[in-house]
Amino acid sequence: MAQKARRKNKELFALGNEAVVEGALLAGCTFFAGYPITPSSEIMEVMAQKLPRTENGAFIQMEDEIASMGAVIGASLAGRKAMTATSGPGFSLMQEHIGYACMVEAPCVIVNVMRGGPSTGLPTSPAQGDVQMARWGTHGDHPIIVLSASTVQECLEMTIVAFNFSEKYRVPVILLIDEITAHTREKITIPSERDYEIFSRVLPSMPPEWFKPFEETTRGVPPMAPIGSGYRIHVTGLTHDPLGYPTQRPDEVEEFTHRLFRKIDQHFADIVLTEEYETKDAEVAVVAYGSVARSAHLAVDQAREQGIKAGLLHLKTLFPFPRAALEKLTRRGAAILVPEMNMGQISREVKRVNAGRVRVRTINRVDGQIITPSQILKNIGQM
Amino acid sequence: MSQVTQLIHQYLRHNKRFPHVYCPGCGHGIVLGSLVRSVHNLGLSKDEVCLVAGIGCSGRMAVYVDFNTVHTTHGRALTFATGIKLANPELTVICVMGDGDALSIGGNHLIHAARRNIGVTALILNNNIYGMTGGQCSSTTPMGSRSMTTPYGQLENTFDIVELAKAAGANYVARSTAFHAKMMDAQISQALSRPGFSLVETFSPCHTQYGRKNQFRTVVDMYQDLKVRSTPLEKWNEMDPAKRGDKFPIGVFVERDEPGLEERYMAMAEGLRKKEANA
Repeated sequence: MAQKARRKNKELFALGNEAVVEGALLAGCTFFAGYPITPSSEIMEVMAQKLPRTENGAFIQMEDEIASMGAVIGASLAGRKAMTATSGPGFSLMQEHIGYACMVEAPCVIVNVMRGGPSTGLPTSPAQGDVQMARWGTHGDHPIIVLSASTVQECLEMTIVAFNFSEKYRVPVILLIDEITAHTREKITIPSERDYEIFSRVLPSMPPEWFKPFEETTRGVPPMAPIGSGYRIHVTGLTHDPLGYPTQRPDEVEEFTHRLFRKIDQHFADIVLTEEYETKDAEVAVVAYGSVARSAHLAVDQAREQGIKAGLLHLKTLFPFPRAALEKLTRRGAAILVPEMNMGQISREVKRVNAGRVRVRTINRVDGQIITPSQILKNIGQM
Repeated sequence: MSQVTQLIHQYLRHNKRFPHVYCPGCGHGIVLGSLVRSVHNLGLSKDEVCLVAGIGCSGRMAVYVDFNTVHTTHGRALTFATGIKLANPELTVICVMGDGDALSIGGNHLIHAARRNIGVTALILNNNIYGMTGGQCSSTTPMGSRSMTTPYGQLENTFDIVELAKAAGANYVARSTAFHAKMMDAQISQALSRPGFSLVETFSPCHTQYGRKNQFRTVVDMYQDLKVRSTPLEKWNEMDPAKRGDKFPIGVFVERDEPGLEERYMAMAEGLRKKEANA
């Protein structure tokens, strides 16, 4: 809910986690359910403070992450823009319900502030180890949207984007932030209302007896009726027909699964967000995301000063994977460097798209430490 | 048209989802009937009722009734119901669960829903077994009973749902059986019209999975057993504990009118916003 004070561009000295809350409120989030976990807890704490002060805002601390995700989906079905925030171990617990949200096409946002793992791992250290879990963590075949943020300002902006995508495409959207970005405090600008667009789910316009809640539309995304609005639909985690009732008819099952994929495939151009820096003539392109993209940005500048034609492909959307932007570079023959704080979760995608065309080198740091510009620069020099 | 037929036409999705999955002799149909009668007698509109269900035989109830219905994941129905109620406190939210659902996988959610006194009515259909999954033991399978996973008899103690809900802080706690349909009607109506968290446990026999493994030769034997063992609460309280044996009390155990969590939250939020507007 945009408040009056936000009409003007306002500046804040904020943590990444606090910026997520600002973005969520601008996007129209009125429901948060969560369970505390380092390093994501500030998101929940600030929500607890702010939501009851906003029109219709509701906050609840649930008994665990499974419950949090259940409450988020319930609120979403009842018409709210709802979110939760967690870290690796909590994200694991949420997976069954994330699958449920995919199945019933319940829009919601899950922020995962990544910490070192596996298991309890390194609770206060940064990592990027949950990238593939964000894509494939739940069971069964389904598409999903995974976003990332590299600066505090981006935490705000990408949270708005996450809500917009989830509402537009009726899909859970996962926003991955690493601990560095979440706990960096820097100046951000709260955009004014005319600087960003807000999307809300399309409501049905037809009378209830005509409404087929899971029917194909030209956009691929069916309108959604909130519980209590007179449509009385049945929502189920079982594979369902266009009316929402369980089905095992092979043709309906197949069509349903295909539609879930189609509604995302059809809108690749809208969803796949990347930013390019100095890539036009780049002979070495760094592919990075999260806080590492910041280090890479500086490393590219330093490489250019040394006369190396380096560039940066900054991934903001991680899934669906920005294939086209990467292919543009590999087809031109630029060597690729993928630094990330894991054992190679995005370089795996890069290598798949590259299909052996150009040289791909990785930097994999898993000691709970930051990837520095100098480390990237050294590797650029060795390409 | 008889009243039963009228209610079927008015409240069930008869043209879409029947015949139902319940076995002959199952108590779930009796509970479903009681639920429909309660909603009808209270004069609630179908649009303002939201039925949330877990997984298993009881979970299928969601597809049959023409309310807003959500068929959720195993054991987590109360978490969805909590979100729905907080998001829209105007709704009458009913949560239908089996004993495995509510007390085994979902035990934690049950005690917390009762503790925070969220305005949801929990209906626990206790058949002492995992019915749809194939007859494995649940956390209410009585000591010594046989099931697919206790072939030599259950060795674990069972949960007493009523005592658990009482201790956790529910506003309204009651128990009846599928043999006592009238009592069930009264209890569900009471539960639906109270604020805060209400819980009604109903013993709903499963002959297919529980009865045939535990020396109940016919469905009638199971209902006979419920009739003999259930004891009205007043009588139970006067009984010599040594003579209670395998009998169990039925009736209303807790009746309070504490405001539900959603009410308390809205009052707090309204206060905050007023203070801010005046500042």
